Amino acid sequence: MNSVLRIILQRLALGLLTLFIVSIVIFTAVNLLPGDFAQAILGQGATPEAVAAIRTGLGLDQPPVVRYLAWLGGAIHGDLGTSFAQANFASFTGTTSGAKTVAEQIAPRFANTMFLAGVTAAIAVPISVTLGLLAALYRNSVFDRAANILTLTSISSPEFFLAYILILFLAVLNPILPSLSNIYDGMSFTDRLDKTLLPALTLTLVVTAHMMRMTRAAIINLLASPYIEMARLKGVSPLRVIVRHALPNALAPIINVIALNLAYLITGVVVVEVVFVYPGIGQLFVDSVKIRDIPVVQACCLIFAGAYILLNLLADILSILSNPRLRHPK
Amino acid sequence: MGERLLTIKDLYIEGRSDETWTPIIKGVDLTLDKGEVLGLIGESGAGKSTLGLAAMGFCRDGVRISGGSVDFDGIDLLNASAATKRGLLGKRIAYVAQSAAASFNPAHKIIEQHVEAPVQHHVMGRAESIQDGIELYRRLRLPNPEQIGFRYPHQVSGGQLQRAMTAMAMSCRPDLIIFDEPTTALDVTTQIEVLAAIRDIVAQFDTAAIYITHDLAVVAQMADRIKVLLKGDEVEEADTRTMLSSPQQDYTRSLWAVRSFERPMKPAVATGAQPVVSVRGVTASYGKVAVLHDVSFDIHAGRTVAVVGESGSGKSTTARCITGLLPPIEGEILFDGVPLPANYRKRSKDQLRQAQMIYQMADTALNPRVTIGQIIARPLQFYGGLSGSALRKRLDELLDQIELDPKIYRDRLPSELSGGQKQRIGIARALAAEPKFIICDEVTSALDQLVAEGILRLLARLQDDLGLSYMFITHDLATVKAIADEVVVMKDGRVVEQGEKNEMFAPPHHAYTDLLLSSVPQMDPDWLDQLLAQRGVDNIGDAAVDKM
Amino acid sequence: MIAAVWIIGTFVAIGVIGWLFRAAGRAAGNRPFFRDMPFGVAYGYVFGVFALAAGVWLWTLPKAVFFRWAVMGFVGFAVAAWLFRLAGRHIGTARTRKLFRAMPLTAAFGIMIILIYAITAIFAAWIAPHAQQEIFTQANIVPGGDPALGGNPLFPLGTDQIGRDILSRLIYGAQNTVGIAFATTLIAFTVGGSLGFLAATLGGWLDQLLGRLVDVLMAIPSLIFALLLMTIASVWAGGEKWLLTVYMVLIIALIDSTRVFRLARAVGQNIVVMDYIEAAKLRGEGLGYLIFREILPNATAPLLAEFGLRFCFVFLTIASLSFLGVGIQPPLADWGTMVHDLAQFINFAAVAPQVASAPLLAASAIALLTVAVNFVVDWMLHRSSGLKE
Repeated sequence: MNSVLRIILQRLALGLLTLFIVSIVIFTAVNLLPGDFAQAILGQGATPEAVAAIRTGLGLDQPPVVRYLAWLGGAIHGDLGTSFAQANFASFTGTTSGAKTVAEQIAPRFANTMFLAGVTAAIAVPISVTLGLLAALYRNSVFDRAANILTLTSISSPEFFLAYILILFLAVLNPILPSLSNIYDGMSFTDRLDKTLLPALTLTLVVTAHMMRMTRAAIINLLASPYIEMARLKGVSPLRVIVRHALPNALAPIINVIALNLAYLITGVVVVEVVFVYPGIGQLFVDSVKIRDIPVVQACCLIFAGAYILLNLLADILSILSNPRLRHPK
Repeated sequence: MGERLLTIKDLYIEGRSDETWTPIIKGVDLTLDKGEVLGLIGESGAGKSTLGLAAMGFCRDGVRISGGSVDFDGIDLLNASAATKRGLLGKRIAYVAQSAAASFNPAHKIIEQHVEAPVQHHVMGRAESIQDGIELYRRLRLPNPEQIGFRYPHQVSGGQLQRAMTAMAMSCRPDLIIFDEPTTALDVTTQIEVLAAIRDIVAQFDTAAIYITHDLAVVAQMADRIKVLLKGDEVEEADTRTMLSSPQQDYTRSLWAVRSFERPMKPAVATGAQPVVSVRGVTASYGKVAVLHDVSFDIHAGRTVAVVGESGSGKSTTARCITGLLPPIEGEILFDGVPLPANYRKRSKDQLRQAQMIYQMADTALNPRVTIGQIIARPLQFYGGLSGSALRKRLDELLDQIELDPKIYRDRLPSELSGGQKQRIGIARALAAEPKFIICDEVTSALDQLVAEGILRLLARLQDDLGLSYMFITHDLATVKAIADEVVVMKDGRVVEQGEKNEMFAPPHHAYTDLLLSSVPQMDPDWLDQLLAQRGVDNIGDAAVDKM
Repeated sequence: MIAAVWIIGTFVAIGVIGWLFRAAGRAAGNRPFFRDMPFGVAYGYVFGVFALAAGVWLWTLPKAVFFRWAVMGFVGFAVAAWLFRLAGRHIGTARTRKLFRAMPLTAAFGIMIILIYAITAIFAAWIAPHAQQEIFTQANIVPGGDPALGGNPLFPLGTDQIGRDILSRLIYGAQNTVGIAFATTLIAFTVGGSLGFLAATLGGWLDQLLGRLVDVLMAIPSLIFALLLMTIASVWAGGEKWLLTVYMVLIIALIDSTRVFRLARAVGQNIVVMDYIEAAKLRGEGLGYLIFREILPNATAPLLAEFGLRFCFVFLTIASLSFLGVGIQPPLADWGTMVHDLAQFINFAAVAPQVASAPLLAASAIALLTVAVNFVVDWMLHRSSGLKE
């Protein structure tokens, strides 16, 4: 067990290091901006007072390293700064009491996004793993070929295309589900689920296709190994070959596939949230990009990257744990 | 002769390549009595394994049986239902695969996989089957029979795993076991104990077996009867002694004759002669792992030095030190008495030209996207600066030298050539540089015996014509016997013994050399018995290596 | 909830019927076909029959206009692809004819679509009836060209909210969207590919440095990273719309070159360990010869496949960015932006199906090309893996 523990600790440390470097990248990218940063944000028409207020208010007169450390230190404590839009608002009204911090803005939306991702995963994971397994077992059959064409089509379609197709059929032509996901606090779970279902189904279409193809490939690869042939030559029943001989070894690749696709979900969520006006972090991100609200953009980026790194790390660690060669060293 | 167990009549098997079906087995008959061992031999592509699996009523993906019948003890295997076949497999017909490491499921302990067939087929209970497994491990002379089954496959060595798989095949006491090249992946010293174990246990339980191999000497020890296959057709069949003493067909005779090729001895090197290559006290490592310790030997003009050893002995690493791919930590390489720079990047074009290399896998040694003509022409242009008609003329000469028709082969791609032809191109490319010295790294071990012999003869002739020096890396002592003038025996990165070939093949030798030499199977069917009588069952294989 | 019960119920019912179907087959003669049939196969047969029946039933529904359009489109493309393959088998050189003979229908479809797009993109100026930015007085003309339904034969697909011809913009979209995506992929390949091969061939500190750098860049999800950099680029570009488009090309090329680098390096490393590379090194060959004469010719097949996949990815990223409003900038016509601008027409689908078709056409234009490229790449990968066996 000792060596496994060591490998996992190594991976964890590496993941943390990556996150740290990513935070530097995100920060420096923003500091590549030329000229007066606050001026650029507010546009040419801004009063010098407003510009100066933003500069001191956001600490833009400090050297970059100091600002980075302050930003990072804040981020670790959950303080992601103040959004420009809010600061701007505050500088005009002359009060800071109404301004929301970035963290306050993000927190509820983050919860919404997690809910959407959770619903999607709950639908997509069982379906895609089952379908992938079936496609591998009946490979080259009509089912497999049809699945191949369908999943390729689904992968190739932009998320917004799938979203509008679903809206067309499930909201406009047959009003089963709402096409707008106006979610607010204090909604009942079923209402919330009802409003989330259409964006979740869209994401499911995208993710299922990927996951199913990857599961299929992993299982086919495994079914070609000599120990599966050996099991069949021992007269073991087909079901037992799958359950006892294929699945324990397929676990690692399948877990990997799931984690990788959940990581992919993070990107997919941006476009889908915009289509359905779903109040998640993706929509906030896009809105902030459009109005160049850099503290919010930075914070969202860090959250997305953090989740992405975390899921990849999880995939890594789980596949190490399910490898018998590492679990039972010589 | 006992009761008839297996009857295969006029069997045709096809394999799919692209969208068409091509024949693999073309109408083979086969019979096997209870308790009899049939040896199935042939070169690669003869269809041995396919035939062995068909005897179990089994086809791999992309393979189909297109005609004939397989009758096992009154059951028509080709028309039996899937359930009937499953009832036979593992219980009455068992299979031992070539690679035990790949054929054991890495996720389960060895004993768990052992008990699966008896429990699933309701032959015995789990506890009883575990006890039986331990007993079988003991009979197969596995070390620690009580515990070894409770390990995972990757925790056990290859030779032991192969015996554990034989035990697994025995778990239901089947009537028939198919052995598909069970010792091909093992070193010679390990092979011998697996052979002895398999032979004993098959005899003890009076199990019938089909033993598939390409190695004549192995099959001579194991089989009562031998069937020779060539490209899906039967060549001939006879009982083992008759087959070995008086083969009827030309093909079989040529197979037998391969082992008799031996080039004449050369006169001894004059004392004080300058060696072409001299390896002086070379010590090398990969990272922190030391792989060579103080290796020294000389190679003289016009002579062949064979470097022999099992896998991991440091043979190929020595070659990498000589070529400069792995600069040694200590020691040096002299060429014509002049020290070579340790790193090949620092060597002059002429120094690089003088030492050439021929590789084991001709497939990876030739760029698949370049024609044969361009492959051989490149050294001519690069070193000799040849071009135009001079280049063309020299190219054709070289192709003639390796006995390939320039008109046919000049514009072909490597993929259009057979294994032996590719190896010849590798030789021509080395010759094109006009070197003094060539390293041959296991050049014949990927080839069938007849083809390998052709390559050896060609190399011997070229040496006589051009006065080349060879360093011949091999694990196969038959090859050493055929071509070497001097032998260097290596083990664990050290030179164990070296000397003239005749001295080396005549006793007394170093204990390891002796073990290596005596472990090479001979064509004599009594060889294994004699060896076991002489050394005792506990003094072969890994046990003997460990005692050193 | 009720819908879920219905769906699960249908699946269970199919299972029961499948089991009965197999049992009936076994009772009547027990031919090997039924005897060795796994339950999954029996299920598959019944499921197929169900799906066919459901399709026929849907076709007869008067409301299911879009379903009929989809089926007609599918069959139309299939027939066209079949005819295209038939033509390919009889026209052209011996090599292409041979290629077409072993080609699955999906790949033929892919090649056909790619050709059509390429021609449309190159000759957009001649094909399109109007200029892409030309604004007509009549806005919101309904597609279909039938005056009785609010259409205009001059604008077969209607006009958008500010009166630009949708058909012309679709055609110019091929030039802009596909062209920009192609150029971006090309840049990503040149940068990522050459660095990847260099890293594989030289190894050592350069390999380590580039590898770590790419690891970090790849730890940020690509669309997120692109959006972050686009924010900054938009400040840089100021009011210059065309400059922003150029920045977008460079940003996406940078992000994608990391993926290309990974692949090129992996492919390169597989080739570098080959003995023929060692032979060339020991011959004393230089770096240029190694990369261009020994490595590159052996890497073309995987690289070409990767080029297709990368193109799809870049194309979809650009479409998504444009859809989100930060991609290709007006007045250039572009499919992603068009979908975004025309999206609200979908709400009229129930009353006037042809109105809803405009945004869907732009979206399917994107999907069709990526599907086509994916089909071709899939076939190429299948072929190269088949050759290895």
